[in-house]
Amino acid sequence: MPTVSVKRDLLFRALGRTYTDEEFDELCFEFGLELDEITSEKEIISKEQGDEKAEGASDVILYKIDVPANRYDLLCLEGLVRGLQVFKERIKAPRYKRIKPNNGQIQRLIITEETVQVRPYAVAAVLRNIKFSKARYDSFIELQEKLHQNICRKRALVAIGTHDLDTISGPFTYTARTPSDIKFKALNQTKEHTACELMDLYKTDNHLKHFLHIIENKPLYPVIYDSNGVVLSMPPIINGDHSKITLKTRNVFIECTGTDLTKAKIVLDVIVTMFSEYCEKQFTVEAAEVIYPNGKSYLYPELAYRKEMVKADLINKQIGISETPASLAKLLTRMYLKSEVIGDGNQIEIEIPPTRADIIHACDIVEDAAIAYGYNNIQMTIPKTYTIANQLPLNKLTELLRHDLAAAGFTETLTFALCSQEDIADKLGMDISATKAVHIANPKTAEFQVARTTLLPGLLKTIAANRKMPLPLKLFEISDIVLKDSSKDVGARNHRHLCAVYYNKNPGFEVIHGLLDRIMQLLDVPFGEDKGYVIKAAEGSAFFPGRCAEVFAKGQSVGKLGVLHPDVITKFELTMPCSALEINVEPFL
Amino acid sequence: MIPHFSYKEIWEQKAKHFFQDHTESNRGGGSKWWGFVPHSRWRIPGPRFSGLRSFRFRHVPSHLHGADMADGPVAQLLLQRLASCDGGLDSLELSSALGLEHQVVVGAVKSLQALGEVIEAELRSTQRWELTPEGQETAQDGSHEARVFHSLPPEGLVQSELMRLPSGKVGFSKAMSNKWIRIDKNAPGGPRVFRAVDNVEDLVQAKLQLVQDGEAERLSEKERNELKKRKLLSEVTLKTYWVSKGSAFSTSISKQEAELSPEMISSGSWRDVKFKAYNFSSKGVLPEGGHLHPLMKVRTQFRQIFLEMGFTEMPTDNFIESSFWNFDALFQPQQHPARDQHDTFFLKDPAEALDFPMDYVERVKRTHSRGGYGSQGYKYDWKLEEAQKNLLRTHTTAASARALYRLAQQKPFSPAKYFSIDRVFRNETLDATHLAEFHQIEGVVADYDLTLGHLMGILKEFFTKLGITHLRFKPAYNPYTEPSMEVFSYHQGLKKWVEVGNSGVFRPEMLLPMGLPEGVSVIAWGLSLERPTMIKYGINNIRELVGHKVNLQMVYDSPLCRLDT
Repeated sequence: MPTVSVKRDLLFRALGRTYTDEEFDELCFEFGLELDEITSEKEIISKEQGDEKAEGASDVILYKIDVPANRYDLLCLEGLVRGLQVFKERIKAPRYKRIKPNNGQIQRLIITEETVQVRPYAVAAVLRNIKFSKARYDSFIELQEKLHQNICRKRALVAIGTHDLDTISGPFTYTARTPSDIKFKALNQTKEHTACELMDLYKTDNHLKHFLHIIENKPLYPVIYDSNGVVLSMPPIINGDHSKITLKTRNVFIECTGTDLTKAKIVLDVIVTMFSEYCEKQFTVEAAEVIYPNGKSYLYPELAYRKEMVKADLINKQIGISETPASLAKLLTRMYLKSEVIGDGNQIEIEIPPTRADIIHACDIVEDAAIAYGYNNIQMTIPKTYTIANQLPLNKLTELLRHDLAAAGFTETLTFALCSQEDIADKLGMDISATKAVHIANPKTAEFQVARTTLLPGLLKTIAANRKMPLPLKLFEISDIVLKDSSKDVGARNHRHLCAVYYNKNPGFEVIHGLLDRIMQLLDVPFGEDKGYVIKAAEGSAFFPGRCAEVFAKGQSVGKLGVLHPDVITKFELTMPCSALEINVEPFL
Repeated sequence: MIPHFSYKEIWEQKAKHFFQDHTESNRGGGSKWWGFVPHSRWRIPGPRFSGLRSFRFRHVPSHLHGADMADGPVAQLLLQRLASCDGGLDSLELSSALGLEHQVVVGAVKSLQALGEVIEAELRSTQRWELTPEGQETAQDGSHEARVFHSLPPEGLVQSELMRLPSGKVGFSKAMSNKWIRIDKNAPGGPRVFRAVDNVEDLVQAKLQLVQDGEAERLSEKERNELKKRKLLSEVTLKTYWVSKGSAFSTSISKQEAELSPEMISSGSWRDVKFKAYNFSSKGVLPEGGHLHPLMKVRTQFRQIFLEMGFTEMPTDNFIESSFWNFDALFQPQQHPARDQHDTFFLKDPAEALDFPMDYVERVKRTHSRGGYGSQGYKYDWKLEEAQKNLLRTHTTAASARALYRLAQQKPFSPAKYFSIDRVFRNETLDATHLAEFHQIEGVVADYDLTLGHLMGILKEFFTKLGITHLRFKPAYNPYTEPSMEVFSYHQGLKKWVEVGNSGVFRPEMLLPMGLPEGVSVIAWGLSLERPTMIKYGINNIRELVGHKVNLQMVYDSPLCRLDT
């Protein structure tokens, strides 16, 4: 969930009133936000870097507000205020308009064919006669950053470039070139660099280094030029220094390039709807024309208003309330969805503004009605759904066995399903290729290389971590292991295993053997061949030679028991003899 | 039902102060299940617990301790002496008078004390100076320096030879500083040591002999400390008892029987026997038996609650899941951050799932990329390769999706209530409250015309069974539910609202492609098993609860899991 941090006093000024922290927290809760933290720059620095570093930092109070991940329109102060003011019916939702430039000279962005290989889409718009202040400027930059981190997926899907239009002249060309052919003065650099040099330079830049991978290995890098060959930006890495916006900038050219056109359009809509507030003609945005290699041209931003029709009954029925259509329309209007009752009086027509890209289905509209109604005002009712409960047979058996194993003097452990290759192979005297283990592609540490194929290592590690406990240690676990299985759709399946170990100054084979007899008693499996159970001498790499037996039950091999091999004991950092039993319980269902 | 982001965030931001405030909150008492704080004895495992367990094997009933010596001969002697003296007796003096070890007398005093008011004993401690073994040797044979002096013949001794004497090293330097001896470094055959005076007076020996004779007080404090520094003297604290007659003083303590025996029962002799008093303030012998793991005990209770509410258990026995069932089937777009390498464990082998219900896959693809079923869709290029990627399931909602798909194939539709509790996996950074695997609890109801009010109603019933009654619902965002709501409960101790679960109504874009009839709604909620368990059992570090680093003593000592008390 993205967090937006806003200055409390600026927020209250924009909201036209002050709140206590509790009141504001309450308002957030109701609206689906969360007032996560009340802090200041000074506090943040002192927490992260110590009091000394915080000396002199601003102690203006900041509200950190958690915003739902799909509400891009709430990622800046302007959007939060607009959303809350409309919610509290203090203002009407503004209507955003795309306009043609006064002089008829529309800004054009021409996309060349080369971009197809690397970053094929672009959209653009102009904010005309805007007035920045320090706070507005900071918010403008911060919103781009938030969008980059969230919907833009760290600039992989969309990257935003904003420019002082008065420093450049169109038409603009969005193309892609060999890195060595691109040379310009990048934002806040003192001299010109080639694209290759820049990529090297930014390898150590804590912020930019995370985006390099997006184009690093491409033969051509995307780049936008103006008609004089001035570089506007090299998306998605960096803008040019030439066209950078300042507090004095009055006309802003915005371009968004990306690999996902839908998202690029949303991002552009969000930026222009938020900041057209500061344009001379409030909430108007000057169109820009984008011409694709195939010659087709489009006007952006789309700023599309879409109409949806939803029956009042449906909203009431899905929430569990009984409001009049008029009242529902009013509720929706408070959620920035201008609505009115039409037709036979049961239909509500809802207008989805360009800021609400999250509304893609009637269920999204239903949710907004419910939020405006107040979740906590909804009458709770118990569904009449009548059903008979069933346990999963495997889990039912497991539950029964667990209790009786504890009654037999063994203590339950709960060990990890993920472990290292070493745990399930080397340490048990086996080769990893003989294990049928599934392998994880992206483990952060060796602890998560594979899913366990046996419960034994976990139990032995539990003993190793509890060597100070009085002996004997008698432990068990009934849980799942994972083996590759080509008969399953995903190529692997779980098996429910039962494992028990006895750790003492003597090997205690008879104890583990006795436990097996007890388990068979509990499972009502008699001793003997055929339908009963027997154990037969066997070999197992984890076991001491001559001290291992295989368990056969109901005519199949279900597992092994025996005295562990001293090598195994040592590899698990244990010092005492140990006997163990591990069987699959699925055959006993 | 546990979104990737909120789970971690909840812990980081809430649980930290949650646990810090925890003890505090419980002093106020009266809080519900999460306010429960366990007896401190299983929070801080220490030596006394292993001690406690070792009693199990000694088979000495501790409630009988202390009374078994009261009729011994020493106790009798003590009582007799006490009867004939005025005031009282000192245990140390008595021991030397009786020619016994002091400890034996102390034992008798304690056993008499255990009988009640027979005697009164006051513990006194006195400081006493004693010779160390080396001090005793010095008192007898003289100090090292004196011994060095006496060992020197008139013609002197080569220094290296002198150093080989038992007292050589220490004695040499002391005798030098006393100016008793001198050294000629230029003597032929190496440095040679000679007597420097004719006679010496061994004051060290004399002083030690004084101490030996019990006259340590004749030495000045400085002298004593000097000898102490030389490790010849040591100061010992002696604990003695001043014993006097108690209100029920008597010299005749009748012999007491320890326990009832079968013989006594058959002969009836128990009628005439006086039994020793039990010490009810001691602890009993713990029974020997196995123990269930606390997290699994809590799991059992959650299963029980679902079963009581008529929910059927879903199969969840596949840790390995395809991206399709884990994400795509839930209408979670392929660019969603949860599908990042940073958040999810993907598999190298087997890397891909190969078998899908293709007609359903086609509907999912269409819904994602172009919409349908009343949806705009996400309008992007949906790829089967992305859906095929195998992973360790990040939520059990993947299993719920499979269960709902199976339900959708049954015609005609019949309502269902499902639950599951099983492991899920996330490739997260680990800390005191995060592991790469945890258990997710999930409940699902599918029926015609279910409302948000129904979801809230069923959540209220569910949480009431956990002992949580004060609920509040906050709008939230989950990719696969709409409406979505987070469940908050008021925490009495913290005096604030804390998130206890996440819930919502599954999106039509998830349900309709499965083939569920229009009009059927599916409401669902989820929470983690570890969190309520950690709160219930007062565990701050998740590694002490889950995994091999578990503290077994904690497992042995953990109480029953009763969620609603």
